[in-house]
Amino acid sequence: MRNIAAVLQKELRSYFNSPIAYIVIVLFVGFSSWLFFRSFFMANQASMRLYFTMLPWLFMIFAPLITMRLWAEEKKLNTLELLMTMPLKDWEAVLGKFFASLFLLVVMLLLSLPLALSVSALGNMDWGPVIGGYLGAFLMGAAYLSIGLFVSSLTQNQIVAAIIGFFLCFVMWIVGENIVVFMAPASLAGVLEFLGLGAHFESIGRGVIDSRDLIYYLTVIGFFLFLNVKGVESRKWA
Amino acid sequence: MIEVKGVTKRFGPKVAVDNLSFEVKNGEVLGFLGPNGAGKTTMMRIITCYMPATEGSVTVAGHDTLTESFEVRRHIGYLPESAPLYLDMDITDYLSFVAQVRGIAPSERHEKIRRIAEICGLQNVMGQDIGTLSKGFKQRVGLAQALIHDPDLLILDEPTTGLDPAQIIEMRELIKRIGREKTVILCSHILPEVSATCDRILIINEGKKVASGTPDELATATEGSVTIQAKIYGPEAQVREKIEGMEHVIGCRVVESPPGGPVTFVLKAKPNGDLGREVFKMVVENGFSLSELKAERISLEDVFLQLTTKERSAE
Ligand SMILES: Nc1ncnc2c1ncn2[C@@H]1O[C@H](COP(=O)(O)OP(=O)(O)OP(=O)(O)O)[C@@H](O)[C@H]1O
Ligand SMILES: [Mg+2]
Repeated sequence: MRNIAAVLQKELRSYFNSPIAYIVIVLFVGFSSWLFFRSFFMANQASMRLYFTMLPWLFMIFAPLITMRLWAEEKKLNTLELLMTMPLKDWEAVLGKFFASLFLLVVMLLLSLPLALSVSALGNMDWGPVIGGYLGAFLMGAAYLSIGLFVSSLTQNQIVAAIIGFFLCFVMWIVGENIVVFMAPASLAGVLEFLGLGAHFESIGRGVIDSRDLIYYLTVIGFFLFLNVKGVESRKWA
Repeated sequence: MIEVKGVTKRFGPKVAVDNLSFEVKNGEVLGFLGPNGAGKTTMMRIITCYMPATEGSVTVAGHDTLTESFEVRRHIGYLPESAPLYLDMDITDYLSFVAQVRGIAPSERHEKIRRIAEICGLQNVMGQDIGTLSKGFKQRVGLAQALIHDPDLLILDEPTTGLDPAQIIEMRELIKRIGREKTVILCSHILPEVSATCDRILIINEGKKVASGTPDELATATEGSVTIQAKIYGPEAQVREKIEGMEHVIGCRVVESPPGGPVTFVLKAKPNGDLGREVFKMVVENGFSLSELKAERISLEDVFLQLTTKERSAE
């Protein structure tokens, strides 16, 4: 616990001591507000639905940007050697870093609350789907972050980590999309639909919180964090 | 303190450490010496549990590095090669992170950091980002993080590379001071550094041990003889004859013979007996007179080169 907190604090200090955190947050808020308001005035509806359909695509780009440095930089600077020779379990370091990236995600989501408030001020908004949307966005963002963090542990190049991370998030998203599911053999269709990040996001987004969706997200996150621990251990396999 | 038994480390076909065994006793300062690529850093990474050995075992303070790596890491303070640090953190934040992971209670952290900053000469740069420090100060921060939890065993991998001469001397003094209370392994390919600070030296080359002993032992053992320079007043041929008649002497050479001055001889003898005393006796018994008597040490540089090149040519 103490070690997780220590790593979390260290990562947050690094984030906010350098421009990355601010750049990512400002860009995200700017992008998402602009895209949202553009379509909001066209649809002319007091709803956040558009915002939440757009989020998965934005997160796909922003999550790997948040996680790319977390391991790649440790490898590049070789600070990994110092970190891993301290009395600290590999999974503690992984969780500390994951929570740090999650913190940024939460800040980004909180900064979009003014959007929701201004929409509700303009018309009669149903808060149910909005709360569901935020929960779904949080879980989906966390899943993307776990994927990005894992990829970061495989390389010492941050750019490579970001690009591969983006690609893997993209794949995890589209495997459940209708087009892919239709093209796949019938026996796989159900599996793909379940595996894809999208379907679960949409059902939570409707305001229906099903424990199966929660379990799904927690499993995906757990799986990639596990792979991440293995990725950190891979230095020992030479 | 440390027991290394038959450790081999392979990277694919490359053998970085080859069946290496050695021990480091409590309180000892061991110089771990070898040319570039000898496997020093690899061996330190195995001891510090960064990576496992392919074969063999290492125990630190009685704990096995594979099965009790957590315990092992608690005993060690480690400064890896070229002091890798988080460049975007400031020193105080960084040291308090290390203190936190090292299990120093929050109430003691501040005092510990202050004290270690003082020991490592960091007081005046404490608020600075590590990335903006000069190389020497980064090295000091590296040392500070290795010492903050007062470890029993300190492992330093080339702690003085990139420092200016004044800082090198300062760093050596610091290591010597620390070495009085702690067990230290100092990796280096610079001989004066090791001979100035260490109780015992272990020389490796291409992953294999080629020699070990105190600096003095190494100098004698490898040469297999002792050398003395003597300036003697007396007829050159006669003195020379007497010298060659002495018991352990295996060689004698005249270096200088100025008219009217003392003749300078260089004598080589087997390492048994006290050569200086015998030369003195010989001079007195024969009525010559002695101007100067000087034991010539072969330098550790010679030993090092001799050992590491002998290995190479044997292959
Ligand atoms: N991760 C690795 N993968 C492949 N080879 C490696 C790896 N680490 C070290 N080696 C090889 O093992 C050998 C020993 O390297 P090591 O870094 O231990 O040498 P060293 O004695 O510390 O040298 P130096 O004085 O230059 O620091 C070298 O030939 C090196 O190329
Ligand atoms: Mg090295």
